[in-house]
Amino acid sequence: MTATTALPTEERVVRREALYFAVRNPKLVIGFSIVLVLALTGLFGPVILGVDAPNEYVAMPMLPPTSEYWFGTTTQGQDVFVQFVYGLRTTILAGAIGGGIAAVIAMVIGFVAGYRGGMVDEVLNMLTNIVLVIPTLAVLLIINAYLGIRSVGMQALLIGLTSWPWAARAIRAQTFSLRSRDFVDLARLSGVGTPRIIAREIAPNMSSYLFMTFILLFGSSVLIAASLDFIGLGPTEGVSLGLMLQNATQWSALQLGLWWWFVPPGAAITAVVGALYVANVGLDEVFNPKLRET
Amino acid sequence: MLKVENVTKVYKVGTFGGRTLTAVDAVSFEVRPGEVVSLIGESGSGKSTIGKMILGLIPMTGGTITVDGVPVKPGRDYYRSVQGVFQDPFSCYNPVFKADRVFQLIKDSYYPSVPGKEWTERVHSAIEDVRLNPREVLGKFPHQLSGGQLQRLLIARALLLDLKLLIADEITSMLDASTRIDVLNLLAELKGRGLSVLYVTHDLSLGHYLAERTVVLRSGAVVEMGLTHKVFDDPLHPYTRQLLSSVPRLHAPWEDAPPVETCLYHERGATGGLYEAEPGHFVACAKLDDC
Repeated sequence: MTATTALPTEERVVRREALYFAVRNPKLVIGFSIVLVLALTGLFGPVILGVDAPNEYVAMPMLPPTSEYWFGTTTQGQDVFVQFVYGLRTTILAGAIGGGIAAVIAMVIGFVAGYRGGMVDEVLNMLTNIVLVIPTLAVLLIINAYLGIRSVGMQALLIGLTSWPWAARAIRAQTFSLRSRDFVDLARLSGVGTPRIIAREIAPNMSSYLFMTFILLFGSSVLIAASLDFIGLGPTEGVSLGLMLQNATQWSALQLGLWWWFVPPGAAITAVVGALYVANVGLDEVFNPKLRET
Repeated sequence: MLKVENVTKVYKVGTFGGRTLTAVDAVSFEVRPGEVVSLIGESGSGKSTIGKMILGLIPMTGGTITVDGVPVKPGRDYYRSVQGVFQDPFSCYNPVFKADRVFQLIKDSYYPSVPGKEWTERVHSAIEDVRLNPREVLGKFPHQLSGGQLQRLLIARALLLDLKLLIADEITSMLDASTRIDVLNLLAELKGRGLSVLYVTHDLSLGHYLAERTVVLRSGAVVEMGLTHKVFDDPLHPYTRQLLSSVPRLHAPWEDAPPVETCLYHERGATGGLYEAEPGHFVACAKLDDC
């Protein structure tokens, strides 16, 4: 029995430890369960429902929830439940793409600025600060006016391209403190190149941090997408939770007492973002032993 | 072997780098093959900076450093023959990985074609060379090992390469007394194999224990250098004298350090450089600034 045989088992022990605390953390379990249920609904719901066009007029207008139309119908007679399921898919997709793009940009800029320092850092930091102070809504208004945001993917891309700065700053600060550790010098003395040092030496030390950054960016992308949709800057095709809210407002659902039209999408947006933040607090406790409550 | 000539390091400090700070000021010395040279200086004297410049971890502002006539070129080839061991063994290991990953990095960079089994044997023999038991130290996380074990593993790591020069930067300052002497004896043994060692330290007695020659640094400049016994038995520079008198002794109570005298070599024309007091024993002007 040499070390080579002992290696994998012990690594597994450490991973198992993180998993042990993860499944016993109620915040994490509840938060992720809510997101997972909603994501699966959005993913498989349309397939199960077998409806191709969620904006089709299918029934009598303004029907309250019945066994046939679970969430009732709109002023035009569209099935709110079908719209909700499709909207969930769009909204979570916008969160995943927007959050993913923002996380990748934030990591690249944060790591390079923090590790390289000097002039590179000055330039990247300036870029970060410029994007940070640009009013996202105003920019998206202009882009919408000139180009028109036609698809969810385009909208998510624009959200991703504008929401990375705070995350880049945070990652840069963490990298700054890690790069002065001796193990980075030792890796250089082992002939390891800069990209590998960042990926293999620095990033693993902040993996929990990076994971949480993605979760927070995901949540904020969902919110930004919903607010853009609500003020009429959303995609002109398809349906999303934000667009449902916008339609409900435009057709005076609140005044007409059509609560089934705007409560489900509003509740779902709140649930997704709220659950992500709760899960984030739980993750913090899992990764940081000092915060564990037991 | 190692030649350091007129090496200078100037840092830009303050807003927009408006002011400068000279950390290392025209330092020259030499380490011959199979020789241990100790670089002694107090905190902030620039000794670690010199070590890092030799390793190519920070760029020089001026001067040249050559190893066997080849200038410092940070990269795979250079680090094959020049390696360093640092002060804090706990900071030298990536805390999220196993300690033996340092060996894997060496294999990935330098010996990718060596079969796994042969490599394991090499690692084992290097670990045994530093008087550790491979079974006890392999497959563990850094926090499961002691400072002495970690430090010796780093020396074993360096031994896996075709090493010619080792920069030992305060390698014993975080170790307890008995481990410290083990590591020092290990360095002495490496010297026997023909390895050159630059031993950077603030501890005079450790420098005296190991080194053939001693270089004394003060605020970035060499004040005295020569054979260790000459420097220690017959210190010429007032700073060296002060330094030697500040070592706590086992059987003597504290006494006042001798006052810093006036310029010793100014009148002999040694301003700005080093004066050769006797063959191989150099000393700087004591009051360089106002000479």
